[in-house]
Amino acid sequence: MFVLDAIAHRLRSGCQTMAYPKGPAPALPDRHGGALRLDAARCPEGCGECLPVCPTEAITRPAGQPTALDLGRCIFCSACVEACSHGAVSHTGDHRMAVRARGELVLGAAGQEQVRLAAELDEKLRKMFGRSLRLRQVSAGGCNACEADTNVLGTIGWDLGRFGIQFVASPRHADGLLITGPVTRNMELALRRTYDAVPEPKIVIAVGACAISGGPFEKNPQAGTGASSVVPVDLFIPGCPPHPLTILDGLLRLLGRLEGASGPPARP
Amino acid sequence: MSANSPFALLANATALPWAEVPEFAPEELVQATGKELDRGARLCSWFGLSEGPAVRLVALIAYDADNSLAVGRSRPFSGKYPSLAATHPQAHLFEREVWEQHGVMPQGHPWLKAVRRAGEAGPGVIDFFRVEGPEIHEVAVGPVHAGIIEPGHFRFQCAGEEVLHLEIALGYQHRGIEEALVGGPHRASLSQIETAAGDTTIAHTTAHAGVMEALAGAEPPLKAQWLRAIALELERLANHTGDLGAMAGDVAFLPTSAACGKIRGDYLNLTALICGNRFGRSLVRPGGCRVDLEPARIKTLAERLAVANAEADEACAWLWDAASVRSRFEHTGSVSTRQATEVGLVGPAARACGLVRDVRFDHPCGWHRFAQAPVAVWPGGDVFARARVRWLELQRSGRFVADELSNAPDGPVREPVEAPAPDTLAACLVEGWRGEVCHVALTGGEGRLRRYKITDPSFHNWTGVAIAMRSQAVSDFPLCNKSFNLSYCGHDL
Ligand code: SF4
Repeated sequence: MFVLDAIAHRLRSGCQTMAYPKGPAPALPDRHGGALRLDAARCPEGCGECLPVCPTEAITRPAGQPTALDLGRCIFCSACVEACSHGAVSHTGDHRMAVRARGELVLGAAGQEQVRLAAELDEKLRKMFGRSLRLRQVSAGGCNACEADTNVLGTIGWDLGRFGIQFVASPRHADGLLITGPVTRNMELALRRTYDAVPEPKIVIAVGACAISGGPFEKNPQAGTGASSVVPVDLFIPGCPPHPLTILDGLLRLLGRLEGASGPPARP
Repeated sequence: MSANSPFALLANATALPWAEVPEFAPEELVQATGKELDRGARLCSWFGLSEGPAVRLVALIAYDADNSLAVGRSRPFSGKYPSLAATHPQAHLFEREVWEQHGVMPQGHPWLKAVRRAGEAGPGVIDFFRVEGPEIHEVAVGPVHAGIIEPGHFRFQCAGEEVLHLEIALGYQHRGIEEALVGGPHRASLSQIETAAGDTTIAHTTAHAGVMEALAGAEPPLKAQWLRAIALELERLANHTGDLGAMAGDVAFLPTSAACGKIRGDYLNLTALICGNRFGRSLVRPGGCRVDLEPARIKTLAERLAVANAEADEACAWLWDAASVRSRFEHTGSVSTRQATEVGLVGPAARACGLVRDVRFDHPCGWHRFAQAPVAVWPGGDVFARARVRWLELQRSGRFVADELSNAPDGPVREPVEAPAPDTLAACLVEGWRGEVCHVALTGGEGRLRRYKITDPSFHNWTGVAIAMRSQAVSDFPLCNKSFNLSYCGHDL
């Protein structure tokens, strides 16, 4: 009988929701690599080993300037890390990489070797949304991976509901949008209308390389160059797709819910 | 059956010189293709190729029983040609696509309209088939849906609760992938193929690697073929588990839906254990795979797989045990075997109509030449059958991966591939979790891609969703839709 089986299963497995953020964050897969770090000071004169291997041209070296790595374009394929023989580009293993301003995703300048983590919302908005945030998700050319790893936050392991964050069916019920995909030409109007339907004040979160910059599709005229070309964006969460932990970190950071939470576990 | 085919035969994941593809007048190509389809062949792909201001049609068909593919082409022409869809519905979307892309008119096409092209207002603002009558009302849903899903527009013609007709307008996800591949492969091509349908990364990249290797006359190392086969089944395991959970959720059966949501993540994490990414990005590459599995990793993988398989078994057992689930699944969203054959369904949706059709079995290439899981088939064509096929495949794929993990071949996992041969056509089919993923590549004189055609299984199967909804309650749409769980971006490209 499934009723008894299901009850027995529940008793046996206990609470399956992770301890994070009170307890430690779950470890990323060892081959994941996490956020990247760029020590442009290590790049020798004239070196450009990494430039041709980057599929999205996230890594550039404009003449006379230090190498720059745009995590908003990056799809985290590790090709640059493998190509660089000077140790300039490296994995940090850190899942945290959401930022509040687009420019903060560009690494390379002195003092900007790694991302500066997102600041929380200003006091007024945090008072409103900090303990109850309703989001309307809009996929605008997303490949269903960013969508899937946003969706997964609703499962029992992550249980997004415990933070008061919920995805709702109507923009009229929402405090903001979470956008995935480069905003294809065919979705632009729908996105605009959905944004307009969300009552003020509202926030917008762009999840994934596509939604930040167009990602792999930046150069295709049918695809767009990201959410901020259509609506103002308050939080950028890089990745292709971002790991669910990266998305959760971004959301909680924005709401100021991560004080005292521990960082990622040390790598062996 | 293939013995006296008028088309040029080729095995899966092989190439042949473009000059050897037989050429027909357009009406003859239509006629010849129709005749082969009548003899039991299947239309895998049908597309246009620009020749200056004119266009050529190219047909790729499969003789499943003979384990063979065949390709034919028309002479360049412009204007119109007699529609194949008029007699063979499985061609209907292909002909609409060719019309949209090249402007040639399939005369007699029953419902000719754009597939992806949109005016200012988006693809849903277009004429729909309408049922007239005082009691009839129309329900319009999308592009932005209630859940976290991709955009598409659904237009129902209803009499009360009953759906008389559903028409689906897609195209919102169009990112121009095929067009961008022309003259390539370019820098971003592989990432675009990885994300053509981002939940089917392994199947699409394996098909792409298959055509690029065939064009170069290369065979990837055995170890890479093995690893691709394992990753392909992990992709299937994750998605089927997720779908069974979601179907349980749609009939408010929470134990299975909660458990499967988690187990799906466990399967995705196995893919991440292999390559770092839960969706298998940066794993399959032309020439092999980017990473190898060392023995310790194989061992961890096998241990974690056994746990996930056992949990999935248990969670699905509750589902079959519950009378409330059966009564909601059975006789909901039925597609007959005849309809499935006529519209050319593929994958679990076809196998749930009793059709024995599976690329891993019919057109084995790569590791599937040495190892196969039994094909999972169930009769009935309803939601129950689609759930059942998924469950059978879960068990069989789970066992397949467990078995194959102990069969790792030796050797390298990647070797360099030469440049593609010029003026050559290659085709590769891969059985993704939704069904047949088909990639066809044609190179030009310099060995660059001249045309690259991607056919996601969703392109074949969306019509199945529309058929399944006939005479259903409109409130059953989420359940019917989920039982197919088709890709929007894979269709829209
Ligand atoms: S960022 Fe990557 S994973 Fe996310 S929608 Fe774009 S292609 Fe897909």
